[in-house]
Amino acid sequence: MDEPLIRWDWIARNWDNGSPLAIRTLLENHIVMAFVPVVFGLILAIPLGLACARWRLLYQPTTALMNIVYAMPSLALFSILLSVTGLTQTTVIIPLTLFSLAVLIPSVVDGMTSVPDHVRQSATAMGFRPLRRLILVELPIATPVVLAGTRVATVASISLVSVGALIGQGGLGALFTDGWQRQFSTPIIVGIALIVLLAVAADLVLIVLQRLLTPWSRARRSA
Amino acid sequence: MIKFDGVTKRYADGTVAVDNLSLEAASGTITVFVGPSGCGKTTSLRMINRMIDATTGRITLDGQDVKAIEPATLRRGIGYVIQQAGLFPHRTIVDNIATVPYLLGWDRKKARARAMELLERVGLDPKLAKRYPFQLSGGQQQRVGVARALAADPPVLLMDEPFSAVDPIVRTSLQEELLRLQSELHKTIVFVTHDIDEAVKLGDTVAVFRVGGHLAQISDPATLLSAPADDFVREFLGRDRGIRRLSFVPAADVPLSPPPDTLVVDDGKPVGWKSDDGTRPYGSFNPATDSLRAALDAALLSVNGVAVAVDGDGKVLGVVARDALDAAVSGVARG
Repeated sequence: MDEPLIRWDWIARNWDNGSPLAIRTLLENHIVMAFVPVVFGLILAIPLGLACARWRLLYQPTTALMNIVYAMPSLALFSILLSVTGLTQTTVIIPLTLFSLAVLIPSVVDGMTSVPDHVRQSATAMGFRPLRRLILVELPIATPVVLAGTRVATVASISLVSVGALIGQGGLGALFTDGWQRQFSTPIIVGIALIVLLAVAADLVLIVLQRLLTPWSRARRSA
Repeated sequence: MIKFDGVTKRYADGTVAVDNLSLEAASGTITVFVGPSGCGKTTSLRMINRMIDATTGRITLDGQDVKAIEPATLRRGIGYVIQQAGLFPHRTIVDNIATVPYLLGWDRKKARARAMELLERVGLDPKLAKRYPFQLSGGQQQRVGVARALAADPPVLLMDEPFSAVDPIVRTSLQEELLRLQSELHKTIVFVTHDIDEAVKLGDTVAVFRVGGHLAQISDPATLLSAPADDFVREFLGRDRGIRRLSFVPAADVPLSPPPDTLVVDDGKPVGWKSDDGTRPYGSFNPATDSLRAALDAALLSVNGVAVAVDGDGKVLGVVARDALDAAVSGVARG
């Protein structure tokens, strides 16, 4: 059989054909399932990371727990969650949120550690009370490190969503199962290409965000 | 006036950082805490703005016990400068300087205008206002640190080894800048250093601490140099305290003689000492502003041992021969 590696006409026909397996629909689902966990992850990681930075005794047990969760096969987590949340996007989003925490909590802790002690001291000596110091001094200085962690978590999340295809919620991952089942390479290549493009695009957006939010961190000398 | 009254700082592990310290730092003057590391000088400083709380004893600021004032409120009324400047890396220079005015709720425009005024006051180019701290040299950062401490015009300034991380040339210029600012502002300054030369140069009063948080001696620098209280202070002052003491004796009283013919003068200004092949080097001092040490130095720089006295414009007033200087120096030695 003389099957070409890519059949461009298949892409055109399946881009936006109204079916739940249209490439565009899959891409949109993929974006939602990849980004929601990172956003939730940040919302949870900031208070948890601050607590770990404040009470260092918490840090080791927390990272140990997060690493155990991270080591668990996503499939196992899906099957546990299936009985609660069923074959929905939530079943994918919850494990991915936990995975992103494993990267983001240490980023927040490292970010807080990156605040030079003399800066913290001088803030206190000028009359900052603790909450104001946290919001106006420590968190802004921690931002570059937290954003670096967010880039890793985002790219990992974009790639991991595809595993959800095993429960029918994998975004672009559905193209892989489709391709394997039919021994048809076009959807597989399209899936890989779009996931890589999505990851690169998201990373670029975060780099631009980092430049805008922290103009002071470029070419930063050791303080 | 800042007054320490029987102040002791004992940590939970039993270490005594400051032991029963009583001293006064007079308003409008610079009081320097000096001593080797571990002598409790920094701890003492930080007890004034309650970065550290004293275990026993009382510290009062113009009669008011600092423990009776809520720490953040107390600190907003006290300028603070530390070694690495402690600038906020994420804020521009102008916003760094305006930190305390912002905390005090000044309106943004007023706070920035005040910051710009201080930027120039500490000798920095207003163009630096929009830069970030990492774009400035260490000496410039330290000037910004001083400007920031002065922003809300606090009556008291605490300086914790502010100039010890910069190179010697920059340090000298920062010290002179501080003395110039102080002559205009008359703040009550407590300055911590481990460098006795810096202490003697800047302090109106110098408090020497010894390890274990004991006050070894407190006096004006000239008395400190001429009459150290004990061997520790003598040792800490170093070898050439006799010479350094001359820095505190003005040269105004040294008798001047008319310049001899051998001094070549052009347009009233000295050129050098006459010799067969042109002129030889000379040393000069200004009796109105310089010390006896500068006069002696000028004599030593002249080939013939005669110091040239000049006025503020560099014009010759007269000369001082070595024997006249010797008489002045022995007058100091006799006290």
